[in-house]
Amino acid sequence: MTENIFDVIVVGGGHAGCEACAASARMGVKTALITHKINTIGEMSCNPAIGGLGKGHLVREIDALDGLMAKVIDRAGIQFRMLNASKGPAVRGPRAQADRELYKKYMLQFLKEQENLTLIEGAVEGLIFEENNIKGVILADNTEIRAKSVILTSGTFLNGVMFIGHEISVGGRVNDVTCTGITPYLKQKGLRIGRLKTGTPARLNGKTINWDILDIQSGDEKPQAFSFLTDNITNPQINCYITHTNENTHKIIRDNFSKCALFSGLITGIGPRYCPSIEDKLVKFADRTSHQIFLEPEGLNTDVIYPNGISTSLPADVQEQFIHTMKGLENVEILRPAYAIEYDYVDPQELDSCLSVKKIKGLYLAGQINGTTGYEEAAAQGLIAGINAALFSQKSDKTFTIDRSEGYIGVMIDDLITKGVDEPYRMFTSRSEYRLLLRADNADQRLTEKGWQIGCVNKYRYGVFKAKKQAIDEFREKSKELYISHSELEQRELNIKQDGPKRSLYNLMSYHDVSRETVYELFPQIKNIKDEIYEQIEIEARYAGYIKRQFADIEVFKKDENLKIKENIDYSKIGGLSREMVAKLTKVKPSTIGEASRIPGVTPAAITAILGYVKK
Amino acid sequence: MSDQTIYALSTVFGKSGVAIIRVSGEDALLSISKLTDINISNIKARYAYFTNLKSISGEILDKCLVLYFKSPYSFTGEDVVEFQIHGSKAVISSLIDNLGQLDNYRLAEPGEFSKRAFYNQKMDLTEAEGLADLIDAETSEQQKYAIRQMEGNLKNLYEGWRSDLVKLLSHLEAYIDFPEEDIPQSVIENMQNDVFKLSEAIKNHLQNSSCGEILRDGYRVVIVGPPNAGKSSLLNAIAKREAVIVSDIEGTTRDSIDIHLDLGGYPVVFTDTAGLRETEEIIEQKGIEIALQKVKSADLIICLFDGLKDNTQLFDNISKDSKNNVLIVANKSDKLTSEQCFKLKNKGYLVISAKNSSDINKLLSVIQDNIKQKFTSGSNLLITRQRYKEALNNALDNLNRFNFDKDIELTAEDIRLSAREIGKITGRIEIDEILDKIFGSFCIGK
Repeated sequence: MTENIFDVIVVGGGHAGCEACAASARMGVKTALITHKINTIGEMSCNPAIGGLGKGHLVREIDALDGLMAKVIDRAGIQFRMLNASKGPAVRGPRAQADRELYKKYMLQFLKEQENLTLIEGAVEGLIFEENNIKGVILADNTEIRAKSVILTSGTFLNGVMFIGHEISVGGRVNDVTCTGITPYLKQKGLRIGRLKTGTPARLNGKTINWDILDIQSGDEKPQAFSFLTDNITNPQINCYITHTNENTHKIIRDNFSKCALFSGLITGIGPRYCPSIEDKLVKFADRTSHQIFLEPEGLNTDVIYPNGISTSLPADVQEQFIHTMKGLENVEILRPAYAIEYDYVDPQELDSCLSVKKIKGLYLAGQINGTTGYEEAAAQGLIAGINAALFSQKSDKTFTIDRSEGYIGVMIDDLITKGVDEPYRMFTSRSEYRLLLRADNADQRLTEKGWQIGCVNKYRYGVFKAKKQAIDEFREKSKELYISHSELEQRELNIKQDGPKRSLYNLMSYHDVSRETVYELFPQIKNIKDEIYEQIEIEARYAGYIKRQFADIEVFKKDENLKIKENIDYSKIGGLSREMVAKLTKVKPSTIGEASRIPGVTPAAITAILGYVKK
Repeated sequence: MSDQTIYALSTVFGKSGVAIIRVSGEDALLSISKLTDINISNIKARYAYFTNLKSISGEILDKCLVLYFKSPYSFTGEDVVEFQIHGSKAVISSLIDNLGQLDNYRLAEPGEFSKRAFYNQKMDLTEAEGLADLIDAETSEQQKYAIRQMEGNLKNLYEGWRSDLVKLLSHLEAYIDFPEEDIPQSVIENMQNDVFKLSEAIKNHLQNSSCGEILRDGYRVVIVGPPNAGKSSLLNAIAKREAVIVSDIEGTTRDSIDIHLDLGGYPVVFTDTAGLRETEEIIEQKGIEIALQKVKSADLIICLFDGLKDNTQLFDNISKDSKNNVLIVANKSDKLTSEQCFKLKNKGYLVISAKNSSDINKLLSVIQDNIKQKFTSGSNLLITRQRYKEALNNALDNLNRFNFDKDIELTAEDIRLSAREIGKITGRIEIDEILDKIFGSFCIGK
């Protein structure tokens, strides 16, 4: 039985799936989102927060390409904080606590309003192939839905198995079924499949917590929005609270190590090191007598509390015991125990920089199926897969890729496809070699033009971007033309080296200890410059020498990136390549010389040999 | 960075008739104007110039042939300059050293000339393949030498610095990337001091690297022995000229005398010394004192004695005290019977005749073997070392910029760039290595 034909089908309604279907539909192609339950679209399965270091950068980049995540969290956020506000602009990351229900509500609303998009409730259990091309999906009831391209965003649902202590249950999330059908189809086409692990902590009843004795962590006084288009945050803002584990907590956990799924060998998948379970922390940092735990409300109208820092695979009764040892949680009611979950992922070295599966034309993967963790990482991949699947469905000769010098999205995808993963991949700012240029504050300046060119950015956003860009350019020019004499600076007792008769405004802005107020006093004519414009030039001036160097590095990097390698190249036919190199290159099939050079172990000599085979 | 002009030795390193050093890039002509007598304002392309090769400070190093290939008619498509010089290790190393001091010049990475040629569409398929083989051979050779050299203290030293830098970086990165975690402020408080210590160590190392000194000042061979053992005659035989006064009267040589020679491409300094004996004469005593000092700074000591007299006990203290190599040599084989010679050889001594120049070549080849050993293993080492030096200098520049008065991400950038330079010697630093350190040292994650 065959049903209507779409251009693009997106399987899965999580954070990757939402961005993927929205991006594809924005590109103007007929798109369907197929998900188990429409009312769990945009579910935050783990912590109720968006953003952070590196992750916040990703959200801003998604927004710069007209994606949804930033706009949704701006409407659903109940506590906004700029992390690292005291450090420099390149390493500041926006973060917000979300009201889980509001998040889902606005996400669904945006999708429903999106033209060209159909939401379908159903369980995909098979794929339709014609040779090495994907042609659609098969639902559990054997309905076939055809499409020109398909994006899989299955999250933890592929052969998901959950663990609470030694108790094992099958499912993709608590109260949700798993999907066993898809993996065999992928294996059949020769894709390398592995297992990864993640977990989520218990949920607590806020009514039973003794809040009065806990430390408060409040949000920023002036909440800063994620989206470049949001003017104001209108939700009421709440506090989070902090408690700690203590020696008593640790003793109970240690006494029960043998009951934990992780240590008893039940779980074989590898979990993320930066999201360790509490038992992991105790083993690794045995000398610490306390760990901090954040208590995060899951919404404005709910008593459910997310205790950040105590994910565990211990049995429910042990969880109950050790949670009660902590300050403020002595009498807390546990609504749901923590669990660990193990699931299938595809080796991301099977993908190219469009997130297209190299062995199956028209099939794209995004999110945890590629070995990543985090809503933001998933959403960013969904966006890229969505745009490319749409282009593919139109037989366009264009693709949409972001490279390492353009955005964190590019850093992430490049890391995934050249290096693969051995634990769930999470973004950090330290992963980027061009960190000073790839900032959360300039994501629009880096990416919106590019998105407009390919067609995933709407006219309104592009207009806002253009105006801002023009203002920045004008102010930059002005700041280099306005001067002040050293005698004037001296009068104000400003501590600035004298190495000429006068200083430009641009130069003055590079000094940490010259405040904006002082600058306005010296140059009253620039008082009406918008903060966001002033800030961009201030950062440029402050980073000047370092940025120049990074631009030079990027120039070198781009040369290799622009040398494309033919898709069907036979590495064994290239003289001068050792067998080991042939094996590595054949496994990854890099699409540029740059990618090839980043595959671990590939030598300069091998790169020289491949150069000869590069498409001119 | 792509604008930088690169240079490298294109021929095999070692003693040879001619060595070719190639320079490629926008500023290639600068090398001609700074290091030769040629006026570049009217230089002709593809024309062989015979000229002096000078150091930046104007000192003459060698005579050489210089060729200029104007862009785009060159191997790389850029301006290329070729220096054809005498294949002496000392000359090669000083030219490379001088090129490195020119503005915007740096040593080429393996394969970089061919890569540039490729960018400029100067190379076809077969050429690329052939070159890859070559580079592969070259880099694996270099690696072999680099590894051999690094087996000793150097390896531990560089590895140590590298791991210090990775550790510093991981602390900074943890502080940056995990603001929510309770990472103690103290981890970055001691950093200034650590960085200072590290940069001092690198600075000292760059100033006293011993192989470099040998190339600059020569490998020191000191000849000692009792009076009239024939030390000066030996030196003359080696120098093949009458550089030292020779007579049969004991104690002719009162001072130490140096002879500079090129032995197998290495600069060697032979020093003759006053004869060792008990004496009342003040000047002679002084000479002996100087001789003993020379022995201390020698890379190799030749203990020479008169084969007829067999007074080798004089050398007992020298061979016992000295950490350096000692060669015991019996002279005057022309006056010995073949049985006497046989006995001396059996004791492990070299037997020569300075007067007849017999077996001098044998002695020289033993000395040469010793030099090679000192250089660990020969040929490409110097180039690898030049790489090290450049990387260490760059690392130091970045460390010198380090302070906490600027934004912390810039501080991290200083360390990152410095670590990247050391990584060029010991292997690339991957981000995962830093993350490993972070997760190993701090309790991160909720």
